[in-house]
Amino acid sequence: MSAPLLSIRDLSVSYTTRTGPVPAVRGVDLDVAPGEVVALVGESGSGKSTTAHAVVGLLPRGGRVDGGEIRFGAHDLATAGDRELRAVRGARIGLVPQDPTVSLNPTKRIGAQVAEVLRVHGLAGRREAAARVVELLERAGLSDPAVRARQYPHELSGGMRQRVLIAIAIAAGPELLIADEPTSALDVTVQRRILDHLDTLTRELGTAVLLVTHDLGVAADRAQRIAVMSGGRIVEVGPTEQVLSDPRDPYTRRLLAAAPSLAVARRSPAAVAPALREADPLVEVEGLGKDYPLPRGSGPRVLHAVRDVSFTVERGRTLALVGESGSGKSTTARMVLRLTEPTTGRIRFDGEDVTAARGADLRRLRRRAQLVYQNPYASLDPRFSIEEVVTEPLRAFGIGDRASRAARARELLDRVSLPATVLGRQPAELSGGQRQRVAIARALALSPELVVCDEPVSALDVSVQAQVLELLAELQEDTGVSYLFISHDLAVVRQVAHTVVVMRGGEVVESGTTEALFTSPTHDYTRELLAAIPGATAPTAGGTR
Amino acid sequence: MGGSATGRYVLRRLAQAVVVLWAAYTVSFLVLDALPGDPVTAMASAGMDSGAVDQEQLDQLRAEYGYDDPMLVRYLDHLGSAATGDLGDSVATGRPVVDTIAQALPPTLQLAGAALALAVLLGGGLALVATYSRRRWLRQVLLSLPGLGVSVPTFWVGLVLVQVLSFQLRLFPAFGNSGPSSLVLPAVTLAIPTGALVAQVLAKSLLTALDEPYVQTARAKGAGRARVHLSHALRNASLPALTVVGLLAGQLLANSVVVETVFSRDGLGRVTAGAVGSQDLPLVQGVVVLGALVFVLVNLAVDLVYPLLDRRIVVAGGRRSLA
Amino acid sequence: MTDVLVPGLPATLVEAPLPAAAPAAARRTTPRRLGRFLVRRPGLVLSVVLVLLVVVAAFAPGLFTAQDPLVGEPADNFAAPGAAHWFGTDELGRDVFSRVVHGAALSLKATLVAVGVAFVVGGLLGLVAGFVGRWVEDLIMRVVDVLLSIPALFLSLALVTALGYGTVEVAVAVGVASVAGFARVMRAEVLRVRTAVYVEAARSSGVRWYGVLARHVLPNALGPVLVLATLELATAVLAVSSLSFLGYGAAPPAPEWGNLISAGRNYLGNAWWLTTLPGLVLAGTVLAINRIARALDGEWAAAR
Repeated sequence: MSAPLLSIRDLSVSYTTRTGPVPAVRGVDLDVAPGEVVALVGESGSGKSTTAHAVVGLLPRGGRVDGGEIRFGAHDLATAGDRELRAVRGARIGLVPQDPTVSLNPTKRIGAQVAEVLRVHGLAGRREAAARVVELLERAGLSDPAVRARQYPHELSGGMRQRVLIAIAIAAGPELLIADEPTSALDVTVQRRILDHLDTLTRELGTAVLLVTHDLGVAADRAQRIAVMSGGRIVEVGPTEQVLSDPRDPYTRRLLAAAPSLAVARRSPAAVAPALREADPLVEVEGLGKDYPLPRGSGPRVLHAVRDVSFTVERGRTLALVGESGSGKSTTARMVLRLTEPTTGRIRFDGEDVTAARGADLRRLRRRAQLVYQNPYASLDPRFSIEEVVTEPLRAFGIGDRASRAARARELLDRVSLPATVLGRQPAELSGGQRQRVAIARALALSPELVVCDEPVSALDVSVQAQVLELLAELQEDTGVSYLFISHDLAVVRQVAHTVVVMRGGEVVESGTTEALFTSPTHDYTRELLAAIPGATAPTAGGTR
Repeated sequence: MGGSATGRYVLRRLAQAVVVLWAAYTVSFLVLDALPGDPVTAMASAGMDSGAVDQEQLDQLRAEYGYDDPMLVRYLDHLGSAATGDLGDSVATGRPVVDTIAQALPPTLQLAGAALALAVLLGGGLALVATYSRRRWLRQVLLSLPGLGVSVPTFWVGLVLVQVLSFQLRLFPAFGNSGPSSLVLPAVTLAIPTGALVAQVLAKSLLTALDEPYVQTARAKGAGRARVHLSHALRNASLPALTVVGLLAGQLLANSVVVETVFSRDGLGRVTAGAVGSQDLPLVQGVVVLGALVFVLVNLAVDLVYPLLDRRIVVAGGRRSLA
Repeated sequence: MTDVLVPGLPATLVEAPLPAAAPAAARRTTPRRLGRFLVRRPGLVLSVVLVLLVVVAAFAPGLFTAQDPLVGEPADNFAAPGAAHWFGTDELGRDVFSRVVHGAALSLKATLVAVGVAFVVGGLLGLVAGFVGRWVEDLIMRVVDVLLSIPALFLSLALVTALGYGTVEVAVAVGVASVAGFARVMRAEVLRVRTAVYVEAARSSGVRWYGVLARHVLPNALGPVLVLATLELATAVLAVSSLSFLGYGAAPPAPEWGNLISAGRNYLGNAWWLTTLPGLVLAGTVLAINRIARALDGEWAAAR
């Protein structure tokens, strides 16, 4: 390895809080060679983003470098002053931020925002900059770059905005690019195209990349070396193949085992008791559709959010609705629960038509079908105790007295592997994974036959994800509950679903059993989705591929 | 957004403004007319020899002013005249309400305009300096000033200023409308609460904007503090401040009642105070409608400025909306 | 402007959802935590003490002063502040401090009536609008918009013209002028909570609408409205004293903070204390209430 471009030694960063300083990064050593792609992988709170931001001196409020050095050429960025840092930022180190939808100034044109880099560093005059901007936008893979330069950020899609941010990052021809979860806010197919483009671009330009990601799959696909962070420390660092195939640190091993995208159907969906399979289906959906009226003006009068969707959920089995944002998967699930009124189609629950159920019929449906939300932080009333949360459905249906409900709450918490001591606590005192367990316990309180899980793990860290998925599978085995599982993540779906329905633009493009769909997809879009799963081709410890 | 679309938007907004004015007229009519007490009794007891008016004279007066008709008839009658720009005659002076207001308005507009300019300049400047400064103590001192500004009673500030600057230092005249120097103290007094609000809102939204990811992007480009502050944060932060200015314009007019009383300045405020004092219902109603008119017009202007600052806001479909 | 609750800002501006009583707000309050919170904020402690003193003065003025607020010693007129008369005496030789202390009763009463009217009427309107929706909401919010378009002081003046002079009349006038602001905030809060995921979660697990309203919507929506009520106390003290200053409040010689200051106007040149000292008490009270409102609004929740 040649002399490193960036060399971090014994870096420590802490955040000032009311209760005193909290260390975020403790003694990190990391090198990035010229032209090299290094992935910094870790779960939330591991210190990966903090490390990356410390390099350009852009720590969030309250953040402070306590010690160590960040060598970059002749500079020590850990101690550099504002003026010195400004000369490096943008010119020699580019930053691709996390969420493209909020990282561009909404009040300025795209062109001006790209040109700003060149103007700030005196690399181009006004007129010259305008021409360079178009060139840069084109390089970043935007069609009609001259038109884009005159547009405002809100007129561009998330993927296009991320390309603009890439154009900004590479504008001054930096030697190092820091990409902080550059695609985690985007749909998988867009994510893949952007990362591919970034790959090509940096290879052409010989730019080194420090890629910060929570997704081992992304790291495996893109980086030459991987550094794994946990608790503010780097626990393992090495060439990608080595880290993936022969992880030495127990934490890396756990992370690898949990990463859904790298697991090749390691956990398969629960086997189904034959007796159950014979019975009638639990839910039958036929020709379901939902239209939303559009504001008056040019264009169509209605938006077809969901169109002619049909599927069947068998008892004791899991059906997954898969799709990217805007595919109509959540709307479909909400219609099944009658939280959204369908425009067309029919829903039968246990043979009974519930499409227009009201009053007592609807309450019967509520009792038999429950919902687990994506965001466990928002789905629990902040003022309730955990016991109140879990027993609320029981109270609503007037089941049992106070004592028996309390007993049931304990039993339910036990089912989701939470200690009874959390009963008296409030949601804010629990972690995300614990809250999601509480939400599952609430959904199970009435012993429903159907539980709709709307992206139940996408807000959680991978290791917690794995535990929650495990729990869902166990509960299905024990109780015979059916799941309608909504997800954008095919890797997760593969582990839990018996059948899969792929949706795009409100319509079903393909459906079938999980094996069939993953091994021989028939629709192009399904194939594209499958190919976009990061890490699909990476060697793993299991070595199944 | 084509020119004709904007034109249609303005027309629609003006139509809405007429509706609001009608509603304000109706509300003030209901408040003033439906509640106990009628102007004739008030006029009789206040204006004429106390207690010496007999019932017959009262009835005659009532008939003269139309107060013996049923309320609905009076309402429609008055509304009809209001639509033609006739808000009736002042009970106290007998002059048309519209003329009285038109005559009293210019000095008050002068005062309110000066106060608004001062408020925006001082409040905006304070917010900018406070959020830009790197000195912790300076930030904290500056940021605590607006809280003080909104807590001190306007009339008391005026009196203290008169005491110190007029009586002790003899820098400015204490009372009256004589020339520009007599405008200084009233304008400052009127500007303080408004400026404090502008400062509070602007400082708050500047601090929020400075924490936004797009500011981080700008910093990552190597942009300096001043550039980040003025070119990126301020533009985004000025929208809420602009909203406040729009909402406060009406308050400025209303607060002139207090300030003109303190400084014994002639103007709409004094006229209003007098009208309330003599229970001059038509005149009070005229002032209320004028307040609503100012509010509606200023907010229309503000709404037309929004899209120039932020392109996401389109002026179509009758309401401002985020595209 | 997501979390704007700036002291003194008219309620009209607070249309954006107020800070969700941040998750941490749910944590229980222990005396120790409260103690630590207060120790770090001497200004807040001072504010609480000042407001408490004003309340005590309103109910038991005798605790602070033995001098008669209405009858003075003419020989003693225009005495400067000193040991005998802390705030000096007025043109009739009345003790100004005693008048300020006794004035607290009327001023406080007017303030409470004003905020009570605004809170009850506005809160109910907002609750109905936010929870019922449809045309009811449209109708209520249209009326609220019109009320908001009339400057508050003008609306109060119109009401005073119709109702006549007096402490209660002024209080009602100020209260009615703030109804629209409360309605708007209450509706925004109800809408925020009503569309919260946990409310839908309750609905989808079978809780009936009145259960949702009583157990989820009201408790979660009320917090920010109470903060607004605190802020409104400060605004109402100012508005009431302004109207009293203009001469529409209690008839002299009854002392109110506004008319006390107004009475001192004629002696600006020779008796500065007549206006300055009562004004300081008034400003201090408003400042203290605003400080407390700020503490209630998030600072307390964020500090834990």
